[in-house]
Amino acid sequence: MKIDWLDKLQRLLQTLAFCLAVSGIQYAFRPDKPYYIPATYSLAIGTLTWALVDFGRHLFASSEEYGWPKGIAGFALPLVGIVLGYLGGTLLADWWCGVSSWDSAGRAQLRISIGITVVAGTVICYYFYVNGKSAWMQARMTEVHSQATEAQLKLLETQLEPHMLFNTLANLRMLIGTDPVRAQDMLDRMIAYLRATLSASRSTQHPLADEFQRLADYLELMAVRMGPRLAYTLDLPEALREVPVPPLLLQPLVENAIRHGLEPQVEGGHITVQARTQAGPKGRMLLVLQVSDTGAGLNSAPPIAPTAPGTSFGLTQVRERLATLHGEAGKFELAAHAPRGTSATITFPLTTSPA
Amino acid sequence: MNTPPVRALIAEDEPLLAMALQQELARAWPALQIAATVGDGLSAVRQALVLQPEVLFFDIRMPGQSGLDAAVELADAWPADMPFPALVFVTAYDQYAVQAFEAQAVDYLLKPVQAARLQKTVQKLQQALAAKAPAATALETTMAQLRHLLAAPGIPAPAAGSPATPLTLIQASSGSQIHMVPVAEVLYFEAADKYVRVLTAEREFLIRTPLKELTEQLDTSVFWQIHRSTLVRASAITTVTRDEAGKLHLALTGRPERLAVSRLYAHLFKAM
Repeated sequence: MKIDWLDKLQRLLQTLAFCLAVSGIQYAFRPDKPYYIPATYSLAIGTLTWALVDFGRHLFASSEEYGWPKGIAGFALPLVGIVLGYLGGTLLADWWCGVSSWDSAGRAQLRISIGITVVAGTVICYYFYVNGKSAWMQARMTEVHSQATEAQLKLLETQLEPHMLFNTLANLRMLIGTDPVRAQDMLDRMIAYLRATLSASRSTQHPLADEFQRLADYLELMAVRMGPRLAYTLDLPEALREVPVPPLLLQPLVENAIRHGLEPQVEGGHITVQARTQAGPKGRMLLVLQVSDTGAGLNSAPPIAPTAPGTSFGLTQVRERLATLHGEAGKFELAAHAPRGTSATITFPLTTSPA
Repeated sequence: MNTPPVRALIAEDEPLLAMALQQELARAWPALQIAATVGDGLSAVRQALVLQPEVLFFDIRMPGQSGLDAAVELADAWPADMPFPALVFVTAYDQYAVQAFEAQAVDYLLKPVQAARLQKTVQKLQQALAAKAPAATALETTMAQLRHLLAAPGIPAPAAGSPATPLTLIQASSGSQIHMVPVAEVLYFEAADKYVRVLTAEREFLIRTPLKELTEQLDTSVFWQIHRSTLVRASAITTVTRDEAGKLHLALTGRPERLAVSRLYAHLFKAM
């Protein structure tokens, strides 16, 4: 274990201050005796006890985490430290002052000083314990926070895939010159897509109709780029339009269908996004959302750009969101689609009552 | 003096972008003829061999196969007596690829293609064509560049390097049986359509694991990649023969057939 010497110095100074305060209180009760005697004893015992406990804790691997050993060692360490610190410190102070605390004259004083040492030692050990633990918790919180931020950034990067963005812009640049009306339409769809992507993390639910509208924007952008290689069908029954779903739940599935299904395939293909209901167990209605393509299929060669981020991250994202919202009841399946291609299916209980 | 017109082939899967490049080229280099525009990596190779243009514009991400793979395949099939075309890669956003291009001094264009940047590329191409390097040198330079590009990080390519625990056993199913084939007995692997053929001295097995994945699991000092679709046990190679077209072929102990070596990997075989 690496020892942080600045931290040690800080603790030593805290201990010394504490010892002087304790001897100050003693002096206040017995002003007839000179101050230097309780101060000497207090400093000797305190410093020795501190050194034993603070360096001793490095012997326990379990104190690595938040600065204090776990379990029985957490109690044994201060106990041993205080006993040895008291004996050693008293001998040291005796030698310094030229007296002996152990002979009959000092016996009465002995009981008091033991009491003071036990109370003071316990207090300062507890103080260090709490201090170390809160520092550890603070570090943990910072760590968790930065992890969350990183995950959010990664999600954003996946959704705003630069390759998609720049290719779309390149198409737009071309259309501005040749077909301004189409260029405007493409720009409008891109604005809608960007707005949806950037605000997706802020809202938790939106109607299924909105979700389908976002997919339509995305697919239309891709259709401009891919030309006749992309055909698509969006099938949303009127009755399901208002069903609440997490925003952009289907987006990664459609992106995967294009990226891994249609893009590697010279002839392109067809994507179908469909919402329907299905009778589930215990008479509950289930919502089934399916994205199927006639692309290269699951067992085909790896995608053109295997290094690009996203793939498994997108699917993990879908699974995690389903699990958070519906637990065991939410299902996600990736299967081969007949006669060719892949089909991704999300199933979860319909929460809106039909009444 | 009447020089034949310079012709170019554009391989770009997005129709609008192919058109955009063509328009920009018409402005930047009016004398350039666009021999053809194709939309995938397979047609790119086919058309380039048929039309034999002087300049190639290859998109990186294309259906069928990537622009890089297409370039490698084309270099392999290119007739030895013809100068290899000048190659320009086009990409929307591949930061690693761009770094690799920079390092290898391979010309590239970023989409959307900007007129000023295209002008520079055109000047470079015109200079290169005027210099008229000997055919063999041009091909050799391109091969060396492609070799480095394929090895660069982030480029879709077979990863080199030895795995922590190399594969020792190949499990190949045939009917209801699974054959356990020790890797030590395998002489070579050959990709064939959706399968990989595993060949020992006596037998042949088929497995579904892509060659790319196998490469990652095998010791690359034992198995050499000699072609996009072939991994061969180096110690089983007996002779290497060069044919009239300058292509290399390997003979193996224990197998009658000869294996073609891609130009990309021809540098592995040099007399000491």
